[in-house]
Amino acid sequence: MAVLTIGIFSSLVGSMTPDFMFKLSEAALEKGHKVSIWVSGNAVGLIKNHQKHLKDYTTGEKQMTALIQKGVEICTCEACTLARGIQKPDAIEGIQWNAMHWYLAKVHAADRVLHIGGE
Amino acid sequence: MADIKLAFLLQRPPYKSENPKLALTHAISYQTVEILLEDGETVTPTMCVVGEGVLGCVKDQKAMELYGITSTEMHFKSCLLVDLDVLVCKEDLDHYGISEGMLPTAEDMGADKTIQVVPYAEIQKVIESANHVLFF
Repeated sequence: MAVLTIGIFSSLVGSMTPDFMFKLSEAALEKGHKVSIWVSGNAVGLIKNHQKHLKDYTTGEKQMTALIQKGVEICTCEACTLARGIQKPDAIEGIQWNAMHWYLAKVHAADRVLHIGGE
Repeated sequence: MADIKLAFLLQRPPYKSENPKLALTHAISYQTVEILLEDGETVTPTMCVVGEGVLGCVKDQKAMELYGITSTEMHFKSCLLVDLDVLVCKEDLDHYGISEGMLPTAEDMGADKTIQVVPYAEIQKVIESANHVLFF
């Protein structure tokens, strides 16, 4: 088993990278690997609960919830999230909140790091 | 592995992009990561500034006056204050006409470190020796 840490900084709507992240995480889990995900910058929109699945817009709540239920640790950057007006009650259940050192600690523990930069 | 070396590659312009400040603040957080690590484990980041990123390495920025936000300059100074190595690509500084005298220092905050102007070849060595490279 290997440990994969993903840092994602690009937005849910208007970017394909969250879709890629979901698929990669699922594939890694299926192969028995451990996955941690750090959400920062515009990617913090991913953690919002009650996303409405309009056909023209990407949503991620279902995938995020499924990953958490399978044991993936997902943590949002508290500063980035609060700066965008998303409060803790607004988050998908199971999302962790922390500062940037959470990401560095997960990077330290990782066999591989996939850092997906923002816009 | 006790120490993990991270190369932060900052390549975006200083304002109206969140990337530079995210790069700088993530790197600075190495100061507190030990609370989440085992004894003896450390993270050592090196900030490598290339391309349009060098536009943030100019002193006397007026971000608070103009945008109401902390300047990117202040974030660079904070990096120096916490003893982070900040390498800036000489070729890219030359490309944008930024002389070494225009770079910020953090002596006024009590920092011992200064921004290091290096040829890209030096930055390449840092990238090659790092355990992980983080692009911002």
